[in-house]
Order: sequence, then structure tokens, then C-alpha cells
Amino acid sequence: MIRLDNLTKVFDTPKGAVVAADHINMEVPTGEICILLGPSGCGKTTTLKMINRIVRPTSGKVFIDDEDTSSLDTQTLRRNIGYVIQQIGLFPNMTIEENITIVPKLLGWDKAKYKERARELMRMIALEPDAFLKRYPSELSGGQQQRIGVARALAADPPVMLMDEPFGAIDPINRAVIQDEFLKMQQELKKTIMFVSHDIDEAIKMGDRIAIFRDGHLVQYATPDTLLAAPKDSFVESFLGEDRALKRLNLINVREVVSTNFETVSPRDSLESALQTLDKCGYQHAIVMVNEERQPVGIIPRAVAQVSKGSCHDYAQKVPAVVNVNDDLRKAVSLMLAHDITWLPCVDDEGRLCGHITQRAMTHHLGARFRTQQATAELADPMAEE
Amino acid sequence: MEWIHYAVSNFDVLIARTIEHIVLVGIAVGIATLTGVPIGIAITKNEKMAKTVLYIASIIVTIPSIALFGIMIPILSIVGHGIGYVPAVIAVLLYSQLPIIRNTYTAINNVDPALREAARGIGMSQNQRLQKVEIPLAVPVIMAGVRTAVVLNIGVMAIAAYIGAGGLGTFISRGISQSDPRQLILGAIAVSLLAIIVDYALLYLQKRLTPKGMEQVPACN
Repeated sequence: MIRLDNLTKVFDTPKGAVVAADHINMEVPTGEICILLGPSGCGKTTTLKMINRIVRPTSGKVFIDDEDTSSLDTQTLRRNIGYVIQQIGLFPNMTIEENITIVPKLLGWDKAKYKERARELMRMIALEPDAFLKRYPSELSGGQQQRIGVARALAADPPVMLMDEPFGAIDPINRAVIQDEFLKMQQELKKTIMFVSHDIDEAIKMGDRIAIFRDGHLVQYATPDTLLAAPKDSFVESFLGEDRALKRLNLINVREVVSTNFETVSPRDSLESALQTLDKCGYQHAIVMVNEERQPVGIIPRAVAQVSKGSCHDYAQKVPAVVNVNDDLRKAVSLMLAHDITWLPCVDDEGRLCGHITQRAMTHHLGARFRTQQATAELADPMAEE
Repeated sequence: MEWIHYAVSNFDVLIARTIEHIVLVGIAVGIATLTGVPIGIAITKNEKMAKTVLYIASIIVTIPSIALFGIMIPILSIVGHGIGYVPAVIAVLLYSQLPIIRNTYTAINNVDPALREAARGIGMSQNQRLQKVEIPLAVPVIMAGVRTAVVLNIGVMAIAAYIGAGGLGTFISRGISQSDPRQLILGAIAVSLLAIIVDYALLYLQKRLTPKGMEQVPACN
């Protein structure tokens, strides 16, 4: 857990005092990722760097797991906090192994232990230990270097990590890959992480909570969904963008919207009975045909069932697309747009049909949550000040 | 080409004076490195101090060597070393300060701020940062400063023959006083060749001392 208590930083500049962070109060629960988000100069990086005293706070306190860190000496504090920066900062004069094992060495681990730890970390970040440990940072690609940067921060298994735009300098394709890898690692490691970003999409993807900063103030601190559904003021709203409702598609799984109440036909059924089922259930467009494993193998369009006679097997058309129930709504919408359809069969990991999802169901679901979020936000407004 | 015959027939003298020359410059620049590098590191902590130190070092280099020897004769006479190798070594020591201090200062100051921040954020103390990160990264540039000092002072040391320091300058001073072009040319060529050879030798050393993983060696200071 990281708790900031009235953390304040005032910089003395020739033009007078500048308040970079003004009485910041927030708490990141153990095992969660908190994204500090805002335009440049909003105080997010200053706030992050006050936690490991790269920037010395003017006033206020930082608690880590309920311990007041002002009682710790700076080096001890920093050795127990993983630190990842945008520029990566691997030491070019040291091998990958030397880079990764710096903190364990500083903490006085014995050689066998830190060498084994280096190999373990390399496996964790999916880089072959034998191929990489003896190489130098300049021989690695940017993405590989930042993985090493993350490994170095994790080396001594600190409970808390600070990440300052860690993936900001990596190309978009690699960034997405590293983000996914990192989230997967985090599921097991359960570190308490503060993460500075200026990218709203990254924040929504990575964050359990998002803290929006502006001019040294913490404007809103909430879960991504709450933030998108109920931005506190016009600044947050404009920062999130006009398509913020669309961004919520990332946060919702198909599973939450899928309708499991549906009928299917089998290949042996006649088109006549298929048409009856279509009418009975009120399906406007088509019905899904499944095999014995309940995998969708075709669709019978209403138009076909109306004009033709025979078995479903002979007249079935190709299933245009299916979506996994564990995918997010963004993928579902994307498939609908790509195939010019308004509904999708949903399958589980074994490819068995488990329901369908319609555009109407999605808009209703999203809209319903907007309405409730707004209602609770209005009711709970005094509490949001806390 | 008479000077070649002279060189061959006086080969043992040539070798002895070359060694003398190398030893004198080596001792002086060696001591200068031992003082200049710590000074260069120390002044990175204080910009005002850095300006003052570099200014003084620059002024010293502008003093002509002959004048510097002249100044030192009465001072060092007190301890009985007004002439000879002592004032020569001291002069070279002083001339070497500027390239060594300046390069050390620049190199340490130019260490990537991101690396500094990473080193701090990891929990390295100031000494650990210097030892493990800043100095290793600064070595190529510091070595370039040492090279400059050596090459510069091989020439200065030749002039020190006039105050009886010995070395290859003796050929030149005798060549002039005895109107003997053979000695004059031999001395001049030997000094130039020595400077070139030593420069290459130090460049090799510089490359060897550059930490692996840092491919780009600055070509010169």
C-alpha cells in the first residue's frame, strides 16, 4: 500500500515559488496499479518522484505499508522501491546481468543467490538467460532494453514500484506487447505500483485506478470505468476525450453483455423448422447452426429459410465472425463493423457457442451504466471530496 | 642526410635521451593525472568553483614555457633545484592540469542525466555512483585529456633542455649552440616521432580502458 498524506512540493524559481504538487492525498491499495495521468507540468511526475525522494517533498508524508518513510534513510528507501524510467537508464558499461543484479548486490545478497535471481528474472520477462545475460545494453533493441529495465526494478522483489512513463519511448506495436506482458506478470507479482502516463488509452488498459492531475492538484481519483462514466468536471471530461464512451468498450467483457437465452438449429434440421424457430424467437436476420460439440458451423439467413426447401446443412452459410466471451466489447464492435452485421455469436475458449451479443444489448448496457454512474456520482459528490 | 649517420653512430645516446624524455613526461603527466582527475571530479559539485579552477588552469597554459622556467629558477633555488629536471617536471605538471581537469569535468558533467537518475533511484550512494557509473563512463574522455597533455608536453619537455633537464631537447639546444644541423634535425625529428608514437600508444590504451558496451570512443578531446 502506498499512501500520500498532504504531499506538497514547492519549487523556488527565479520567477518566484511554483507549487508543483499541492497537498496530494491518495492511497493505492496493495497489489493495484495506480496511473497518474495529466498534461505535462501537472505535477504527476513530481508526485511520483517524491515517493523515492528523487524530488524532496516540501511538506507532507509518504507511507508505504503503513510505515512512515521519512524515518528511513534515502538509500534504504530507494533499494526497497522498484524504479523504472522512460529513458530506461541501463548502465552501458555493465552487462545485462550486472545491470539486473545491482540492487541485490547493494543489499548484500550472496553471489549464488543473485545469479540465480538474474536467470529467474530473465525467464519472467521472456528473454533467454544464456543468450542475453552476458550482453551489453547497446546490443539490445529498445523493447528488450525496457524489459531489462523492468527486471532490474523487480530484482530485489520490492513490494512497491514506481514507473515514470516506462513504455513511452517504445514504438506502438512493441508497447502493446510489453504492456500485455507486464499485466500478465503483475497478475502473479501483485506489486503496488504507481505509474505515470500521459496516454489515456494506456491508463485505461493498465490502471486499476487513475488519478488525474492538473496544475499540481489531484482532480479526480477513481477506477477507469467511473472516470469515463462520470468525469468530475469539464477538465477531466475534455482530457478523456469526446470518445470517452467508446473507451469504455475496452473495460467491459463480452461476458457481461452476452445473451445466453437463444435457440440454434442443427445441420439435420429442415429449413422449415429453422424458419419456425426464427419466427418463434423473433430473430430478424438469421439463426446459428451448431454441430454436436455445439460449435457454430454456419448460419441460416431468414431470407434463405423463407424461399428454399431442404436441410439446413445444404443451405447454411459461413459464420461471418465469432467473438470470445473473454474478449472486450471493443473487439466485438470492431468485428461487427468489419463484417457489416449487428449481432455476433459468442464462443468460449473451446469454441462452443454460449450466446450472442447484439449492438442493441451493448448500447443498452453502456447506457445503463452511464445512467447509474451519473446518479451515484451526484448522490456521492460530497464523498468524492475526501 | 648526415643526421642519419649521426643518429646511427650515436644510437645509444639517442635511446638514453629518449628514455629520459619519456620518463620525465611520464612522471609529470602521471602526477598531473593523480591530481587533475580528483580536482575535475570535485569541481562538478560546484559550478562557481569549476569556473575559477578552469580559469586558473587556462591562464597557466598561456604562460610561455621559457618564462615559466624563468619564474621557477629563483623559487626553486631556495631548495637547491633552480635548474635541472625538477622545474621541468613541475612545468609539465602545471601545463597538464588544464586538459586533464577540463576533460574530467566535462566527462563527468556529461554523463546522461537519465543514468544519474536511474543510479539514484536504485539506491546507490554518491560514491557508488561515481565508482560504478560516472567514472567508468568518463574514462574515454579523461584518457583523451591525458593524451592531449602528453603530446603537448613532449614538446614543452624539449625546451626544458635549456635549464638542464635532459631529454631529447639536448640535441636541439646543442645543435643550435654548436651550429650543428645534424643534432638539431635529429632532435626535432625524434621529438615529433615520439609525440606521434606515444599518442597512438595512448589511443590504444584509451580503447582498452573504455568499458565494453560503449562502442563510441570520442576521437579526440
